[in-house]
Amino acid sequence: MTVLDLGTSSLREVNSELQGASTGNFVVDNPQGAHALACGLDSPVTVRIEGPVGYYCAGMNQHATVFVDGNAGTGLAENIMSGTVTVTGSAGQSAGATGHGGLVVVHGDASARCGISMKGADIVVGGDVGHMSAFMAQGGNLIVLGDAGADLGDSIYEARLFVRGTVASLGADCIEKEIRAEHLEFLAGRLAEVEMDADPADFRRYGSARALYNFHPDDVDALEASL
Amino acid sequence: MSADWNLRPSYTFSPDVLAEIRRAANTGIYSIRGFGAKRQVPNFDDLVFLGASMSRYPLEGYREACGTEVVLGSRHASDPIRLDIPVTIAGMSFGSLSANAKEALGRGASAVGTSTTTGDGGMTDEERSHSTKLVYQYLPSRYGMNPDDLRRADAIEVVVGQGAKPGGGGMLMGQKISSRVASMRMLPEGIDQRSACRHPDWTGPDDLEIKIQELREITGWRKPIYVKVGAARPYYDTALAVKAGADVVVVDGMQGGTAATQDVFIEHVGIPTLAAVPEAVRALKDLEVHRGVQLVVAGGIRSGADVAKALALGADAVSIGTAALVAIGDNDPGLDDEYRAVGSAAGFWDQYQAGNDPAGITTQDPDLASRLDPVLAGRRLANYLKVLTLEVQTLARACGKSHVHNLEPQDMAALTVEAAAMAGVPLAGTTWIPGATSDG
Repeated sequence: MTVLDLGTSSLREVNSELQGASTGNFVVDNPQGAHALACGLDSPVTVRIEGPVGYYCAGMNQHATVFVDGNAGTGLAENIMSGTVTVTGSAGQSAGATGHGGLVVVHGDASARCGISMKGADIVVGGDVGHMSAFMAQGGNLIVLGDAGADLGDSIYEARLFVRGTVASLGADCIEKEIRAEHLEFLAGRLAEVEMDADPADFRRYGSARALYNFHPDDVDALEASL
Repeated sequence: MSADWNLRPSYTFSPDVLAEIRRAANTGIYSIRGFGAKRQVPNFDDLVFLGASMSRYPLEGYREACGTEVVLGSRHASDPIRLDIPVTIAGMSFGSLSANAKEALGRGASAVGTSTTTGDGGMTDEERSHSTKLVYQYLPSRYGMNPDDLRRADAIEVVVGQGAKPGGGGMLMGQKISSRVASMRMLPEGIDQRSACRHPDWTGPDDLEIKIQELREITGWRKPIYVKVGAARPYYDTALAVKAGADVVVVDGMQGGTAATQDVFIEHVGIPTLAAVPEAVRALKDLEVHRGVQLVVAGGIRSGADVAKALALGADAVSIGTAALVAIGDNDPGLDDEYRAVGSAAGFWDQYQAGNDPAGITTQDPDLASRLDPVLAGRRLANYLKVLTLEVQTLARACGKSHVHNLEPQDMAALTVEAAAMAGVPLAGTTWIPGATSDG
């Protein structure tokens, strides 16, 4: 176990240590809301951050396991490729944005645009998500145990959205879809993995109507409405 | 005046306007095309160099040294990009362009010591391996975005906008989505792929400052960070890009090209390149970072004269896109019959979104793409870039400059009142700069 202290070391020094390690366990003390902490990790290290973090914590994560004991600012684990990023508190806007793979877990709420343009990551939110979540989401799974704000899944492609609570409104081309056995099985597995207690049968599934997939005169009105 | 009053044409409703009204009525959809603005706007042709005279001392053409090297990214990056010439290749995506076209751009640029740029869709091995200096675009869609490519790039360009469509996103039509393109973008094959018009995880310059910090942390503060904006409000956009921490600001005027955008957007949004450069330079000077933060200008650059004039107005380098495509074979008259077969003609082809480019450049069709020999096309581009550089040196020497960066506004005069006002140089034969001086 290596302890790094942002109270006495610079962000560059802490990130360099984490980025340079090929394996090992690290604790980061006194994060004090630092931005871009533990970003660009590229190996199977484990990092426990003892306190709140600012923007882009664990951004573009590959292989690493990052645990934040506190809240996170905008862009938590943005463009995550693989590995796991967990936050015990809540996350700001654009959590898991454009994530290509891996797993993002927020035990509290996530703000607006959670999972925006996600391409293959899985995101599990214990509380609510804000408006425009999963906007233009291309792939992966967004699981919300609470409620979802307005315009969920606007202009969505192939991502799957699971919401246990209410959805304020669905965005352009996003519709409710049948939840089948394969989805229930997937949900059960993910919920068990992140140790969140919820019954998969309580969720509803949303996804793309695929009506905006090709640009032609017949869908010009729908497309204009979505722009 | 028309000899026959009954056949008097309307200026307001010209044949082009009438044709577009009929096209819209027939299809119910707006026109989408590639290329850049086609209408006439004030441009660098409206400026002339004054050359040496009694008060200026010229340098000997061909012999006396006239430097052309450029360093981009010296503000914060530990590894700035060093170019041999002040002309770079603008961002154009694999997807909109064939892999052979991207390879040709890399080969041509590398042969003369300059950089090329990825585009929306990520970095291909072809362009990385054939580009000695490669700028990796960081775009709103984040198609193909991954930290490995970020780290193997030579610079990073955060794209806020482009000259053809400031404020607009992109669209790659389904007919150009091959399995490889779809895979790189992580979307189904054959569907239209919308590129978002705004970034997903930052809004405004304060956020961008933190985003740039993240990019620097991931790349060890080694890579230069460019910020590219479409020319709309260049003074404020440049100032805010500097405030956000950019090493290089790229300003793309309205003549800049696109792979697929609504015609109304191309022709009616943004300002001409000529008008944008002085405003961007003014912002840099007001912040006392001119030359410390480098300025790259793009949008309709065609000749060494255009390059020289952009530099004289204060740019550090220019970027070319459309001209580079023409150099490698776009709109080649030798293909006129084939362009006509798809409803156009050589010199007029702008249907980059269609995917059936006879030149094999703006296509993903394997048969069409194979028509472009990347080695030969790369040599053409290298030759063209050499000519641009020789022309800039010729003009610079004539003005007595031992480096192309020593060109200055005082070396030029304007031929039109509009150009004088936009460029901030006197109308030829006068001391009058509209908006700046009162005498005339």
